[in-house]
Order: sequence, then C-alpha cells, then structure tokens
Amino acid sequence: MKPIYLDNNATSQVAPEVLEAMLPFLQDFYGNPSSMHTFGGQVGRRVSQAREQVANLLGAAPDEIIFTSCGTESDNTAIRSALATNPGKRHIITTRVEHPAVLSLTARLAQEGYRVTELPVDAEGRLNLEQYAKSLSPDTAIVSLMWANNETGVIFPVEEAAALAHNRGILFHTDAVQAVGKIPIDLRKNSIDMLSLSGHKLHAPKGVGALYVRKGTRFSPFLVGGHQEKGRRGGTENVPSIIALGLACDLAGQKMETENTVVKALRDKLENSLLIKVPRCRVNGDRTQRLPNTSNISFEFVEGEAILLRLNEYAICASSGSACTSGSLQPSHVLRAMGVPFTMAHGSIRFSLSIYNTEKDIDAVIDTMPGIIENLRALSPYWEVGDSICAGVEG
Amino acid sequence: MWEYTDKVKEHFLNPRNVGEVENPDGVATVGSLACGDALKLTFKLDENGRITDARFKTFGCASAIASASALTEMIKGMTVEEAAKVTNQDIANFLGGLPEEKMHCSVMGREALEAAIAHYRGEPAPTEEGKIICECFGVTEEEIARVVRENNLRTIEEVTNYTKAGGGCGGCHEAIQEIIDRVRGEGKAVTRPKLSNIQKIKMIEETIDREIRPLLQQDGGDLELIDVVGNRVLVATRGACASCAASQLTMKQVVEAKLRELVWPELEVEEVSQ
Repeated sequence: MKPIYLDNNATSQVAPEVLEAMLPFLQDFYGNPSSMHTFGGQVGRRVSQAREQVANLLGAAPDEIIFTSCGTESDNTAIRSALATNPGKRHIITTRVEHPAVLSLTARLAQEGYRVTELPVDAEGRLNLEQYAKSLSPDTAIVSLMWANNETGVIFPVEEAAALAHNRGILFHTDAVQAVGKIPIDLRKNSIDMLSLSGHKLHAPKGVGALYVRKGTRFSPFLVGGHQEKGRRGGTENVPSIIALGLACDLAGQKMETENTVVKALRDKLENSLLIKVPRCRVNGDRTQRLPNTSNISFEFVEGEAILLRLNEYAICASSGSACTSGSLQPSHVLRAMGVPFTMAHGSIRFSLSIYNTEKDIDAVIDTMPGIIENLRALSPYWEVGDSICAGVEG
Repeated sequence: MWEYTDKVKEHFLNPRNVGEVENPDGVATVGSLACGDALKLTFKLDENGRITDARFKTFGCASAIASASALTEMIKGMTVEEAAKVTNQDIANFLGGLPEEKMHCSVMGREALEAAIAHYRGEPAPTEEGKIICECFGVTEEEIARVVRENNLRTIEEVTNYTKAGGGCGGCHEAIQEIIDRVRGEGKAVTRPKLSNIQKIKMIEETIDREIRPLLQQDGGDLELIDVVGNRVLVATRGACASCAASQLTMKQVVEAKLRELVWPELEVEEVSQ
C-alpha cells in the first residue's frame, strides 16, 4: 500500500526528476571533480552548476555556498567557525526550541566554558525580539536562531534579528533547514551571515546539505582536509547528491508558489476539518507566522505514539511530540518551552505536507482521525472526567 | 520505530477488557497525565475469592495499552493470592517481550495490580510510601529497589527503562546508583567499595612491592606489572623467574592469590612476554 505521507519535516520523497539527474553520476560519470582530465573535469562543471542552483534559490553568490553532508554538519560548522574566528568572545545566543543539531552542540560548548543564552518563546512559540536585543552583548560571538521550527512550523523574525546582531558586529547564523524551499528567502535583502540547509527536506536525497557563508565572513573549516570547497570543507564531493541538491533547489524555486497556495490550502483544510470534527484539540504554534506545510495539533487525553500506530494501520505517516516517540521520557522540548500543558503535549501530532500530497490524502486523514481519537479516548481513564482534570494540571 | 512483538501489536489494536467493572472489589489508578501514562485497574471477585472480571483504562503508548490488556487477561481466574505474585516480567513474557525502553509499561501494570489488591485488602497502596527519589516522575526509593531486585538490574539506564526514574532532569542519578549498589550488595557477605581503575592499579603495584616481590627476590627472580585491563593483570617475569618452569604455578598460587586476597577477588593474572 502506498503510504499517505504527511511527515515531510522528517524527510521527503526524492523528486523523480532529481533521482534521474543524479543517476548518471553513480554510473558513467564517476570522475573526481578535482581531476585534471576531462573525464573528471566535466563532473566538476556540473558541481559548479549545482552550486549556482543552490545560490539562486537563496539569493546568494555561488562562492558563498559550501556543500556539506547534512544540516547538522552545517550547523556545527557555522557555530564552531564563529567561535574559532572570535577567540576573545565567550557568549552564544540561541533559543530553547532549536533543533538538537544546535542545542546539543551549545550544551557541549557550555561544558567547555562558553556562556549560552537559550531564549524562551511564548505560548505560541514566538520569540520576543526586545528580549533578544537585550541579550546581545560585546562578548557575544554568535547568534543562532532557526528560521522555522521543525515541530510547529513557527517562523522566527530572523531578518530583523540578524540586523540587530549585525549592528553590533555579532555574527548571525540561522538553521533554515525547514524554511528553505518552503518560503521565499533572499539573502541579498538581509544581513544573515551564515545559513544551514539540508537536501532531504526538499526532495533531494539524505546525506547532503549546504552552508551559506556570506562573502567577507571569516571562516574556520570544521572538516579539515583537501582543497575541496576552496579549503572550507575537506573531503571528496558527494557528486551525485550535490547534483541532486542543485536540481532540487531549482525545482523548489519553481514550486514555491504551489507550496504557498496549493499545499497551504491542503494543510488548512486538514487542520480546520480536524478542529471541527474532533472535540478538545488545538493547534500548537502561531498560525499566522508559520510554514505553509506544517500543522501541529494536540488531541487532549490521548497519547501520541498510540495515535501514530493506529494511523499506521491506515498507512498514514505523521510524527508526534509525545514522550514515547521522542526516545526520551519527556514530551518534546519545543512544546515544553511553549508551556503546552501535559494533557496536550503527550497527544501532539505533527502533519507536514509536500507538493506530492493530494486532496485524497487529506480527505483520508480527515475521515480516519476522528475515529482513532474517539477510540483511544474510550480507553483513557481521563476522558470522562476531562474537564476537572484539565484544570488541575494545566500550567 | 519500536520493535513490538506481534502480540503487543495485537493487544494494542484489539485491547481486551477495556472499561471499568461495576462495584469492583479492587480498584487502583497509577501513573499520571504528567508522566505520560496512567492505568486504572478494577477487578471483581467471586465467592471463592477468584478474580471473575478485570477491566482497565489506559492513557499511554501502544505498549502501555498492550501491557494493561495482557494483565487483565492474565489475572482473570486467579485467586488474589495468585495474582499478588504476578511480576512485571510475567506481563512482559505474556506479550513475548517488550523493548527495553518500554519495560516501565509492564512495571506500571504490576503496580496497578498491587495497588488494586491493597485496596481490596484495605491496606495502603504500596507505591505511595517511601521517599521520592526521582522528582520528575515521582518514583520512590522502594519502587526502584524492588525493580532492581526483581529484574536484576545493573545500570541507571536500566532503572530508567523500567521505572522512568532518572529519565527527566537526571538529578537523581547518584541516588539511583546508590540504590543499585545497595540492592546488589544484599546477600553478599562483604560489601566492597567500588575501585576506580587508577586505585586498582595503585593497589596492585603496592601489593606486588610489599608482598610478592620480596618472595620472588629470595630466589633471584622478579616481576614487573605491565598493564591492567579490567580484571586482567598483565605481568612479565624477570631474572630467574623468566626461565623457571615452576613460575607458571607461582603466578597462580602466589601472585594471583595474593592480589585476589588483598586487592580484588576477581583479578586474573596473565603472564606476557615483554
């Protein structure tokens, strides 16, 4: 059975055109782009073309793009580079709702003696820019704020935040892994110094990413090796995946309109229908400043893993911020930072769509979900006494 | 994704005995919304003291629902005394096993059963007593000790898998380790302090210098400590010992025996040529 795939913030289908474009580089064109012979050189030209394609989507220059292995590598590279090039500064600013690629790193850096400010968010997952501005200090080496949140889709005002940092001579990095390809980004119009993106979130394969580094930004490589990527990232290029990422960025640019009209309309239909059909559920995160493809809905008094595994019976794929699915014993750090009550956090489900979803997919979920929730609530000891319990544990 | 057995999946998708028994003889609710899972168990007895009906309501993940469903199936037909002997391992076994990280679901089943039996007997619920060790999940010292004892747990991670204790802020890890050490020390004649590797090496060196070397030197031999790998003590013989056929015996009977007596009872001496 073909899955109804609504988990695109976790990973996405490789676009058929992208797969086709990368295959020759796994077959006939296996040359090393650094080689002197034509056989390798022709591959090098295709890598350059891919670099242009990535740069075009971002409003960047090709020289400003460094290919990496994933979003995590890009994030680690950016933050470590900022610290290495600002040895006198010992302060890092980030938020409580960042991806682990940033938060695990800053936690480690805190152990190494850096001072880390993790900015809070409000109940809607929004950042307070005034509070952010106050946290900037002469000792701040880098600010790292995500462009859009992977769990809720909430968009941070990174361009304003970057300007505030820039005015004080502080480097600004954004983890834009979820934003790239879903909302328009033009780096000519802001002062963001570094930006991370990942291929597999925008219909390229897993194992390739990129880091944008604004021209003139001092840089220190994370992977030290050969002269690839102008000495900024050692290691022979992952050519097929780089070609794939280039084309995926091209396609994302072409489909940006679709993403923000068609996909958004499907997401809204799903969300609004579920809110009407299922009692006691709510949307997590600011619905006005949000990615067009993401909806995070909490179903009170039921547990996320149970919902997901029931959905799985209908081949519907989604994610949850519940404790049982996170591998830890506590619900998602994002929902906790937003102060989502436990009754809601454990029953949160994230649907994340893509251009490959159809109205039929959405209708199937709208038809299936109410029954699953009703059934699991019938099992729940809290459901009948819902109202009184809710008042007791909220906060 | 969790690797659930077919039986777990089956009990999750088609749970048995959902609901509440009317006028129950025993009833208990354990867990909480904050913790992410909770179980309400009710049962009814016949005139002979056998459980004729048992029902559950669970808020929780697939394995929590399956564990509760399994529990009700298991205890139907048992006397209260028989049911009181059901362990969390019995529940897990009934389901063909649970992922390690999900063992706490079986523990929740056993706790609910115990509390419901205590309710029937008019006793206080056992899990409510004792000092709270894990503040995040409200787990008591007694609960941890019991789970360590019954499941032969060795590490903090295992305790977290079975009780959730230590799975939040992590502030109680030291206290959990102390409980593990205490419980695992039960029944042993002597409790030994834990040795760090450096302490161990130092004690081995001192013992060799003080107790062993003088003996060997009487015969013109000597011994050098090369390395300590876990409980393996690697030594090289020098002088007359190096060419002595009896040195192998000396190694075991003298060197190893002394080190085991004075340093650590599980040490093994191995001769290496260096």
